[in-house]
Amino acid sequence: MTVRIDEAYEFPHRHLLGLRDYSSRDILHVLDQASNFLEILNRPIPKIPTLRDKTIVNLFYENSTRTRLSFELAQKRMGADVVNFSSSSSSVSKGETLRDTIRNIESMKIDMVVVRHPSPGAPHFITRCVEAAVLNAGDGAHEHPTQALLDLFSIRQRTGRLEGLKVVIIGDISHSRVVRSNIIAMTRLGMEVVLCGPRTMMPLFVEEMGVRVSYHLEECLEWCDVAMALRIQLERQGGGLFPSQREYHERFGIKKRHLKEFPHFVIMHPGPINRGVELESEVADDPRAIILNQVTNGLAVRMASLYLLSGGKRGPS
Amino acid sequence: MKRGSCIFKAESHQNPPCFVVKAQILRTGEELDRTYMRLAHQFVEPFERLDTLAIIGMQTRGVDIARRIHGYIRHFYSVDLPLGILDTTFYRDDFRTRMKMPTVQITDIPFDLFGKDLVLVDDVLYTGRTVRAAMDALMSFGRPSSVRFCCMVDRGHRELPVMADYVGMHVPTHLNEEIRVETMPQDGREAVLVVTKAQEQTL
Repeated sequence: MTVRIDEAYEFPHRHLLGLRDYSSRDILHVLDQASNFLEILNRPIPKIPTLRDKTIVNLFYENSTRTRLSFELAQKRMGADVVNFSSSSSSVSKGETLRDTIRNIESMKIDMVVVRHPSPGAPHFITRCVEAAVLNAGDGAHEHPTQALLDLFSIRQRTGRLEGLKVVIIGDISHSRVVRSNIIAMTRLGMEVVLCGPRTMMPLFVEEMGVRVSYHLEECLEWCDVAMALRIQLERQGGGLFPSQREYHERFGIKKRHLKEFPHFVIMHPGPINRGVELESEVADDPRAIILNQVTNGLAVRMASLYLLSGGKRGPS
Repeated sequence: MKRGSCIFKAESHQNPPCFVVKAQILRTGEELDRTYMRLAHQFVEPFERLDTLAIIGMQTRGVDIARRIHGYIRHFYSVDLPLGILDTTFYRDDFRTRMKMPTVQITDIPFDLFGKDLVLVDDVLYTGRTVRAAMDALMSFGRPSSVRFCCMVDRGHRELPVMADYVGMHVPTHLNEEIRVETMPQDGREAVLVVTKAQEQTL
């Protein structure tokens, strides 16, 4: 007879800067934990006191609605004290550097920082300035790890598995941080990824990341289990990367007839949708589109990430 | 497998690779079965009608114990009581003392708590902190009309003013001992053990 000693898996990270640092086991752990947070949102009193001793600052140097609301709501659901910061209405416009801003904020006894910044690497830089745990909510065209985690979570929720799934990501690959985080995580979890989009929006040597490239939407849709359309960032389209929105829609937009022709794939979109560009309006409202599930799941994934990174006492200032 | 004390090598892949564990089986097999049966009768005893009674098992082993008792109540009284699962991790007060956050498990209470007479079930009653957390957690699901508490083993050393209403067995313990209630789904057998963990040389 033997007595089993439990060997608990320990989550080894202090920050969530990008999924590049996370092994497949770490990613799956976050997803598993997130599924247990989803239930909280349906409680009569959807609030837990877990982070009530934590103060979190949301440092947004770029505009955001969904991500910011989602993070803030996740923090409040867990009882944390939340302060918000947006660069447009702060001392940044007076010329304060990122380092000074963050050190000043830390002097106010902050435990965690959620940061979105136009420069890739800004969250890494912040970890070197302060003791607080740092979550990346998007840095330039680098990574957007919580979005990728919620995409994976939504895929798994719908299909029941991840390994071996075939995913096509359609749209502006070169400007998208969502894609980078997704490619890293998906290839690590044994999913097959194909990128599809105009050549002008396809980075060179992207195959190095373990993905394939296609320029034919319909071939991809026939092959895939999941089709993820990316938002065409109209505000960044000064350079004429494609002739017109209408032409983009003709070649790379998912249309109603595709749903009939290829009856299996699931439709995803990180939002906000440009209706009639990436997706035909009826496609966005089809039951096969899990776009709104993605938003709900985003809350659960962010609660799980905040929870996992909130360990320990506040460090000496 | 029977009652008695032995020295066991533990299955472990940790570093250092092997603990030596002294384990004593206090109750197993048919005797433990009888304990479950007694608890089933005790749960039902104070009620004239059983339509408000509900059972909630606390993760992890409390859930298995609750299922066993629930099974016996169905067997003896032909009623299928509502059965819920509660994870108290979010309400614990001890995780600020450690660096790593404990793993969160499923909470699933598929019925309305309002007006219910609940019995919370856990494996071991020790400091009383888990029960306190469980009561906090329950209140965010609604307002039950009463809550009772059942534990398989009461090992003493309370740090909070908590008492169990139904107790499987009382076991006086030392602080360095560990009480394990093993259940079929978790451990592949049913037993109550006292385990003393030690390094090889000290035992």
